[in-house]
Formats: sequence, structure tokens, C-alpha cells
Amino acid sequence: MSAPAVDPLLEALAGLGDAVESVRGAGDELTVRVRREAIAEVCAALKGEQGFTALVDLCGVDFPGREPRFEVVYHLLKPALVDPAAARRLRLKVAAGEGAPVPSVTSVWRAADACEREVWDLFGLRFEGHPELSRILLWEGFAGHPLRKDFPLEGTGTGASAAGTDGG
Amino acid sequence: MAEGAGEPLETGAVELSETVEAVEEAEAAVLLAPTPEPDGEAAAEPRGEEVELGFGPQHPAIHGVLRLRARVDGERIIDCRPILGHLHRGVEKVFERTPFADIVPQTDRLDFAAPATTNLAYVGAVERLQGIMAPPRARYLRTLFAELQRIASHLLWLAGHAADLGVMPPFFAALRERDRVLGLFDVYLRQYPGASGMRPGGLSHDLPAGWVEKCRELAGSFPGRLDECAGDLLGSRPWKKRTVGLGVLAAEVAVDLGVTGPALRASGVAWDLRRAMPYEAYGEVAFEVPVGRNGDAHDRCLVRVEEMRQAARIVVQCLDGLPEGPVLAEPPREGGGGSGESFQEVYHAVEGPKGEIGFYLVSEGAAAPYRCHVRAPSFANLQALPEICRGELVGDLVALIGSLDLSLGEADR
Repeated sequence: MSAPAVDPLLEALAGLGDAVESVRGAGDELTVRVRREAIAEVCAALKGEQGFTALVDLCGVDFPGREPRFEVVYHLLKPALVDPAAARRLRLKVAAGEGAPVPSVTSVWRAADACEREVWDLFGLRFEGHPELSRILLWEGFAGHPLRKDFPLEGTGTGASAAGTDGG
Repeated sequence: MAEGAGEPLETGAVELSETVEAVEEAEAAVLLAPTPEPDGEAAAEPRGEEVELGFGPQHPAIHGVLRLRARVDGERIIDCRPILGHLHRGVEKVFERTPFADIVPQTDRLDFAAPATTNLAYVGAVERLQGIMAPPRARYLRTLFAELQRIASHLLWLAGHAADLGVMPPFFAALRERDRVLGLFDVYLRQYPGASGMRPGGLSHDLPAGWVEKCRELAGSFPGRLDECAGDLLGSRPWKKRTVGLGVLAAEVAVDLGVTGPALRASGVAWDLRRAMPYEAYGEVAFEVPVGRNGDAHDRCLVRVEEMRQAARIVVQCLDGLPEGPVLAEPPREGGGGSGESFQEVYHAVEGPKGEIGFYLVSEGAAAPYRCHVRAPSFANLQALPEICRGELVGDLVALIGSLDLSLGEADR
């Protein structure tokens, strides 16, 4: 009888100490809450030691009732080519607010560049250490951040006239 | 990514590539004389003065609306920066007010060249959220539709890319073949672009009588017809001269940038969700994952052409193994999971013609998603454009953009 196999990923997460706030879910939906200040180091460790070489997606979610109000969600992928069974996904989350910038993970994966710009554009969250945090889907000069829950679906009617600068 | 990258492939993968030397040798053999120095070469040398060059947003070679701002020195591109958002319609905001089932037709408009695969990614995410599973017959049919869609999307790319590079015959042949594929969707769905047939839990309805025979005829004759379409392009010397060695994307860089799909596999990374994380009926069909070795524009094209062949194989297998039974799980559920303060979340992705198309859904149990984020392959792949443009000639920009097969509808959302 051998002891039940311990998931090396869960072990590694436990080894990250207080950088990890909670671990929930299982399999593809394994979700780890990470302390905001530690997100870049946690990502670097997961990439370097656990093989999560790809950042598949990065997006924001607005929870107006919460403090801090926003969540930034990272979808990581370990693309195991030799042994497909070892491939896995991992979701990381940090709580973020307007006054609480999130450390950028662009130094870990360049894929984060456009994604973090999108979260800034649509949610108004700042990423510390991003090389050029500018709007990406809307234009510079647009008023507001449309994916916030308090931004009206029909728009504010002022955005277009505010287009003064050359987008980019 | 270290493992597997750039090395000879493992089982089940086809390797495709061409070297600059081989093309030049073939060229020399035909010309029987050294190639004269083209006038353009002199202009290509850096002059030490930078000029900013705007490209788009309206340009026939972009097949959408994308603006590029390039810095050039002579004819060399020093840097190129995509400026997107021209097709931004705020669909993620709209999704937050739209009931789960009603979002399906709106996902058609993301990658308009491949609505069925985007549908499939979305309904898969909703099924995961609701904890339901499509019946076996629906899973086979959805696999079949996804592969027909891959063929249609790649044929549209082939037509456009060939025409961009001045090779006209494939344009007409590929569009004619694409029309035959879309004709099958037309017969099934009674609408031409072939979309919105998928439902969370299965499909809207079963196949009409005679459809299987029509599909079998198409899949059987497709490989031969593909040779007719692509042969003119693949055998064309001007095309090879323009694409071999152009816009090389290294495997590690591609993974780091989040590139997926044929553009990633052309760089030698045999990563395909259909193989690595099988969904629908992909675990039960045999197919090969073509990969390139050089990661240049030429390899990206070869990978797509070979993928069409493999897609036709999968279509035939789906028809052969098509189980009987219902095509929609009963009873279909309304709304998502989660309730009140407890939010439920899922991420589900499929291998679309352009790469990993995924949906991240957050639900609080209401009729509409609390948040629906689209992981669009073109948005990520677009980040590789500056990488592959650097150091190339302005005249090759069209070939470089075409080699990535971008869909701005899904990139801008």
C-alpha cells in the first residue's frame, strides 16, 4: 500500500506561505487566491518551477459590494507536450481596487501586456511595472471604464467627442 | 517552453518545412543563371533615418479593420505596433444582460469566419457551469461541425492570403470549396453562414434526411479538391520566395506571447487542445497534429493546409461512428450555477481554427452571466505581429499579417 499521491502543485502552493490566501476547486477549475503584492513572485515561481509556461488569459471582474472592489483573474496553462496527462490549467485571483495597483506580470509572460492594458481600459485598474499601460480597445480620452457594473449599458454619450489623441 | 520545441516530433505529428536554401536552389535551377540583384535591395538598406508609416485601419489585406503604426528605416521595419479596437462593440458588457441561451447567436459574430467553433466553446462553458453533458450523438455532430468549420475558415484564409500575395487561382478555387462546406451548414440550419445551431446541452435539432450522404460525398472528395485549391499556391515559386524564412517566430517566444493554434504549431510546438485536453468526441477519433520546424510564414501556411486534410479525416470518422439517440440533453436548464453571494466560475476552451478560443463565465445563479470574458486567439496572436515584423521589409507586411490569420471581430470584441 502506498500513501495517496500528493499533488506536487498543491505542495508547491503550500510552500509559498502567506502569499497564497486560499485554494479552492479541483482539476481544471483549481482556483488559488493570491495576496496582491505577491502575485508577480507567485507567477514567476509557478512558471519556473511548475512549468506553467503560458498565460492563457487575464481579465477583470467587478464586484461593487466588495472591498477591494475588483478581482483580476489569471488563467495559466502547463502545456506538457511529452506527457499530455501532465498538462493542466490553473486559475489565480487577486483582489484589487482603484487605490491598490496590482504588480504587473509582463516580466513573467509577455502575453500579459495586451491583457493588462485591456483590464486597465475596461475596468480602470492599474498595473505596477507595466511597460506602457494605455487603453487598447477604446481610445485615449474615452471617459470611464465600460465593464464596471455602474457604467450604463447604453453608454454615456460623451466618449466620442472626447477622442482627442491619436489612439495608441 | 523547452520540451518538444524545435525537436523532431513525437508520434502522430506530420512535419512540414522548407528551407531558404532549397527554395533558392530550385530558383537557380529554373533560371539557370544567378539571380540579378533586384533594385529593391538597395532601398532596403538602412539609411539611418526613421519614418513613421501608417497602415490601415482600412486595407484590403487586413480582412477586417486593424491599424498598424510602423517605424521604418528605408524599407526595413524597425518596429510595428498594432492599434486595435476599431471593431470593439462591447459584447462582454452586452453578455452580462443576455440570458445564457440567447448569447449563442452573438458568439457567431466574434470570429465571423468560424462561428461554429466559437459556439462550441461557449456552449461547452455553459454546460460545465450547469453541470450538464450533451448526448453522444450531439457530441459527435458538434465535433463534425467544428471540423467543417475549420475547413471553411482555413479555406477563407487560403483564398485571401493567396490573393494578397498575387497568386490568384486559389482565390476562386478555395472560395468555391468553402461555399460547398457552407452549403452543408445551409441545409442543416437554413441559414448560410452556418451558425447558432449549438445549444447548451446539445444541438437545436437533428440532421435533415440525406445530409449524411451529402457530407460524406464532400468529405470524400475534399482531399483531391484541396490539392486543386492549394496546389497552385504551394507549388508557386513566387509564393515560396515571399514566405520561406519570412517572419520567423521562435517556439519559446510564441509560448511566452500566448500564441496558440496553427501559428504556434508552425513554430514546432505540438500543442493542440483536441489532442492534449480532448473535448466532445475528439478522444475517439484519429488524426494527426501537423507542426512546422522553422516557424516562418511558409510553415504557418503549410500547417493550415495539412489541418484541412486532417479535418476531413475527422469528419469521415464522425460520420462512421455517429451514434443514434437524442441531440439535446433533457431537460435543458435555465441560468447558471451559484446563488446569492456564492459565485460559480468556469473556464472552457476549444481548439478553434485560429487557436484557443475560451470562455470564462462567472455566474451568481441569474438568467444572464455575471461576467463573460472571451479569450480570443486573435487577440493573443496579434501580439506576435510586432515580433515577426521586426527587421522585415515593408512590402512583406501583407504576407506577415496574412500568415497569422487574424480575425479582428474576436480580437476587438
